[in-house]
Amino acid sequence: MQNSQIHAANSAPLAHEEHPSYLRHHFNSTEQQADAAGFAMWLFLLTEVMFFGGLFTAYLVYRNWYYPAFVSGSHQLNVVWGTTNTAVLILSSFTMAMGVWCAQTRRRRGLVLCLALTFFLGLVFLGIKTVEYREKIEKHHVPGFHYSLQSFLDPQSDPEVYKEYHDKALVPDMARHTELYFSLYFLMTGMHALHMIIGIGILGFMILRARAGAYTAGHETFVVNFGLYWHFIDIIWIYLFALLYLISRH
Amino acid sequence: MSAGTIVTLPDQSTARIPKMNFLTKENGLLSWLLTGDHKRIATLYLISITFFFFIGGALAGLIRLELLTPQTSLMAADTYNKVFTMHGIIMIFFFLVPSVPATLGNFFIPMMIGAKDLALPKINLLSWYLYMAGGLLALYTMMIGGVDTGWTFTTPLSTHYVNTNVLTTGLAVFIAGFSSILTGLNFIVTIHKMRAPGMTWFRLPLFIWAHYAASILMVLATPVVAIAIVLVALERTLGIGVFDPTKGGDPLLFQHLFWFYSHPAVYIMILPGMGVISEVISTFSRKRVFGYTAVAFSSVAIAVFGFFVWAHHMFIMGISNYAVLVFSLLTMLVAVPSAIKIFNWTFTLYKGSITFETPMLYAFGFMGLFTIGGMTGVFLGSSGTDIHLTETYFIVAHFHFVMVGGMLMAFLAGIHFWWPKMTGRMYPEKISQLAAVVTFIGFNLTFFPQFILGMLGMPRRYASYPPEFQILNVFSTAGATILGVGYLLPVLYLIWSLKYGAIAGDNPWQATGLEWQTQSPPLTENFAVMPVMDHEAYDYEWLEKQQKEQGVASAE
Repeated sequence: MQNSQIHAANSAPLAHEEHPSYLRHHFNSTEQQADAAGFAMWLFLLTEVMFFGGLFTAYLVYRNWYYPAFVSGSHQLNVVWGTTNTAVLILSSFTMAMGVWCAQTRRRRGLVLCLALTFFLGLVFLGIKTVEYREKIEKHHVPGFHYSLQSFLDPQSDPEVYKEYHDKALVPDMARHTELYFSLYFLMTGMHALHMIIGIGILGFMILRARAGAYTAGHETFVVNFGLYWHFIDIIWIYLFALLYLISRH
Repeated sequence: MSAGTIVTLPDQSTARIPKMNFLTKENGLLSWLLTGDHKRIATLYLISITFFFFIGGALAGLIRLELLTPQTSLMAADTYNKVFTMHGIIMIFFFLVPSVPATLGNFFIPMMIGAKDLALPKINLLSWYLYMAGGLLALYTMMIGGVDTGWTFTTPLSTHYVNTNVLTTGLAVFIAGFSSILTGLNFIVTIHKMRAPGMTWFRLPLFIWAHYAASILMVLATPVVAIAIVLVALERTLGIGVFDPTKGGDPLLFQHLFWFYSHPAVYIMILPGMGVISEVISTFSRKRVFGYTAVAFSSVAIAVFGFFVWAHHMFIMGISNYAVLVFSLLTMLVAVPSAIKIFNWTFTLYKGSITFETPMLYAFGFMGLFTIGGMTGVFLGSSGTDIHLTETYFIVAHFHFVMVGGMLMAFLAGIHFWWPKMTGRMYPEKISQLAAVVTFIGFNLTFFPQFILGMLGMPRRYASYPPEFQILNVFSTAGATILGVGYLLPVLYLIWSLKYGAIAGDNPWQATGLEWQTQSPPLTENFAVMPVMDHEAYDYEWLEKQQKEQGVASAE
């Protein structure tokens, strides 16, 4: 059924202007349909803001209480990887925006290319994130039974980080709160990564549909709304980057 | 009681249920399970929430039986903890939150605004599947041993100390939460984008305004409880420490996150009920709702204020005195829009042509019981009295007055009011009036003694109590039995009416809403021609004129 719809829309886009095949029965016009879908997407993003809001609240409370632990914890993150990832995501937002433009101006090949680039950049982001997670695992900075306070009680035992920041040793009571920092780090970046994975999955599906011309025959709502989602994840990351990586850099 | 009635039925010897309607359009189980029709989804919801209501009700029955005697005679204290926890979880997340919105709201929001369906029919169906998945998971949890944290999942009890099934219950609530988010989102989009020509914001029935306000709460508050539950689950499994004082976390943070949802959630539960009451009061007193604009905005005000009072659940949990002061004041403020509604409904009755059909009886029950429930809420909002009354049966009585006396009455009022529209047949009037009265008596007998018990200091959530409290507990249990009969009756006669009820016709109540201007049960697309709204809401003169014209036309 999907294919026949696409076919019909492709073969005679103008003849179907009045009642195109993608207009669902309960809407009166395609504008109303697109409006409703866009509005729903914004509301959905609002729920996402509230969802992440809970995590940001927890972060702000504990950062205020345990500021030194949070600073030391953030020094364990690799700012270069973080910055690279930020650049990668912003670039992917650009390719996504170009994809939306391509869909609106009915450029099928351009759209496929843009979506594929976004897909690729999303994977790059996750790849870099994996490298970062591996560093944490190797240093025993994953909260839980194996969590090690070594880097915070005795900073010189961690020469790479010490060379850069010259952190003083934390008193044990503060040092153990670094575990809370890493809990929040994994929670927030993990939740963000989960959104990325879902997004990349949808991108894969969209690439297949875009190749068949589904979005370049006047019905680009899906691409536009997915674009909103993708930019939203991007914005979340920008906040995470500032809050988790750049605590002591101001 | 007045003998007058406004019921106008078609000639029963010739009247027939319309052959073509949303129930007969397609047949077979799959046509229901894969439907996009909001009316069919509402029907699915109605059946499933009734099912969960009776499970929750049976658990309530067990609680009352146990409390008949001061000792733990029927079940062990541990079992009792599980029973009241499951009662709370099922009643709140699987009955009260979806009750009116997912059934009556789902069915009538599109019809009242003159649309063919909700804006997102597939999302609507998805929300039902999520609801069922959550509900069945909750039942499964009950089978494998249940959970005993109380419905509030209080940390560190839920994260560190209990050995029951916190994770599966949490997951069930999480999933049901998404169902609620999707319903709210769908309603907001529909109300914004799908209104018929001429249906301006201030011509919307107040039922729509109430649902709009409740939907805002669903969309904004539910995600916060979702993340709170995720954190509890991770705390319990991985020990991440955010709520664990030994690792520097703070259990109070959980309380903030949890009540940031769960306080607005009580408005998610009550607001749609208030919407029903506005419709019923207006119809059965033949008057436009007094102060339409004030009632409309009071719904929005309740939603807005509702977001800033959550810490009144935490007065004794160690928040600062200044916070107590501010939240106490804000709590008093919520009473204002609620009172506006009650006063405006009362003024609507003034000089109205009141008749006492069943929905109206339930609506009267609502007004009385909700007022008591709301006023006792003010006792609990004042920090001084709260410290004496909190964690006693006073709290239990208070929220049951609001939720059962308020919301459940409103739900039953709505079900009776719209039953003719949903099924095309009338319910039997006399027996349902009786059921309404039985419910009211049973309710008061059950919950009023609990106010006194609370004042005397009987704590909630214990299986045993000092012997001097027994007499009031016996009253309460006796009342619960009567209440049970009051709830069973509608199920029986409503099912009976599906086959034997009188044919209702399009508009048995002579009501003005757009949903009454089409056949009953409605077509799948709701209206044969797209309706145009050319009059204000609750305009009974317009209706009379309309009917006169139709009479003239048919005479010609």
